[in-house]
Amino acid sequence: MNDPTTARSPADPIIRIDNLTKHFGRFAALRGVTAKFAPARLYAILGDNGAGKTTLLRTIAGLARPTRGSVAISGQAISRDIRREFGYMAHPSLLYDEMSGMENLGYFARLYGVRDSARCAQVISAVGLDPAWQRPVGQYSQGMRQRMSLARALLHDPKILLLDEPFSNVDVKSAREMVKLLVRMRDEGKTLLVVTHQASLLDEAADEFVWMQGGQIINRTADRSFMGTA
Amino acid sequence: MSAPTGITWATLAKDIRLEWRSKDAINSMLFFALLVVVVFSFSFDPNAEESRQIAGGLVWVAFLFAAVVALNQTWARELRNQVLDAYRVSPAPANALFLAKTLGNFLFVAVLEALMTPLFIIFYKLRALGPAWQLVPIAVLGTWALVVNGTFFAAMSLRTRSREIMLPLLLFPISLPALLSMVEATTSVLTGENPAKFWIVLLATYDVVFTTGCLALFETVLHAE
Repeated sequence: MNDPTTARSPADPIIRIDNLTKHFGRFAALRGVTAKFAPARLYAILGDNGAGKTTLLRTIAGLARPTRGSVAISGQAISRDIRREFGYMAHPSLLYDEMSGMENLGYFARLYGVRDSARCAQVISAVGLDPAWQRPVGQYSQGMRQRMSLARALLHDPKILLLDEPFSNVDVKSAREMVKLLVRMRDEGKTLLVVTHQASLLDEAADEFVWMQGGQIINRTADRSFMGTA
Repeated sequence: MSAPTGITWATLAKDIRLEWRSKDAINSMLFFALLVVVVFSFSFDPNAEESRQIAGGLVWVAFLFAAVVALNQTWARELRNQVLDAYRVSPAPANALFLAKTLGNFLFVAVLEALMTPLFIIFYKLRALGPAWQLVPIAVLGTWALVVNGTFFAAMSLRTRSREIMLPLLLFPISLPALLSMVEATTSVLTGENPAKFWIVLLATYDVVFTTGCLALFETVLHAE
């Protein structure tokens, strides 16, 4: 079994997690997680339900405050300014159902100070949707909503992407298109942490598989044969 | 990075658009306020003099209860699909969101007041014996007092299990000084017996103190788990 705490890349880590513990009441969702994630790599975070994957992502995103330990992005603690560095896609869509995709992205673009009006259409097209659609997001299929949610996370061209179950309810063909997009972003230098139960989709794409159980990272490996035993 | 004012206006425009499409808040507020006017009018049937004595209290209590509906609604729509998390992970300042929500609520409650005031005048045969122009600053300052605290406490009670109950429980006690000022000032203008100036100044002071306090504390509330 590989060393569960260190990234394989010799590059300086873009995300450094040190002894991260998160309690919800008496329940420990994360138990002393220490890890480094190198830039320009795609990490697949795997594990059973309740393993702590989503909590790990939420803590890195600054949505959950650590009970103990710390998270540093590019060497800095989570702050308002550092939030520009990452894009976050949660399991819910984080979109307003009553507004169209363009209206949603137009609003979120303002939050990130994205001035380029063509950028919204560009990211919507990148995820395989049509920017001209006027219908509200609430009328989208679940898979389309997932893709629009990915577009929202990409909007400000972040260095790091934290994606929680991006392929859930997405048909296989669209999911493979999404994987291609993720690989392209990795190749452009972005770091991706992808929580998924559909590890087979990332079989070829992921640089490293991070296996979690009981709030801890129990294994990290680039060895794809590990997939067969997972 | 956008200036906070740019984000405030963008958020306000988004909230107005959402309300225009759903009409969740304005319909509930109107229905509630209308019920209060009609039910009280038939229950008491006051003459013009009695109306001037009780209308101040009646009007503001109706607006306070109706405003609670809008205040709950304003944050509830941020919880659907956990959209609030999208704001929390962005570099946008918390105060820009708070100001936008407060301005939005102010606008919605002001629309309600504009629609309901003529009905109050008709049902209660109201005519101001004091300087009627003073009702304008009383309405503006009073509405701001309701919505600034209401927006703040609605955000605070957002993650509680019974937030519909929690909001009035938190909001009403702290709004008592403002409510007293609004009612006394309005009654003073309607009856013409006492000057309303003291109550208007008290209301303005209340607004400044609580707006400052809410702005100072909102970031903690927004990022609380």
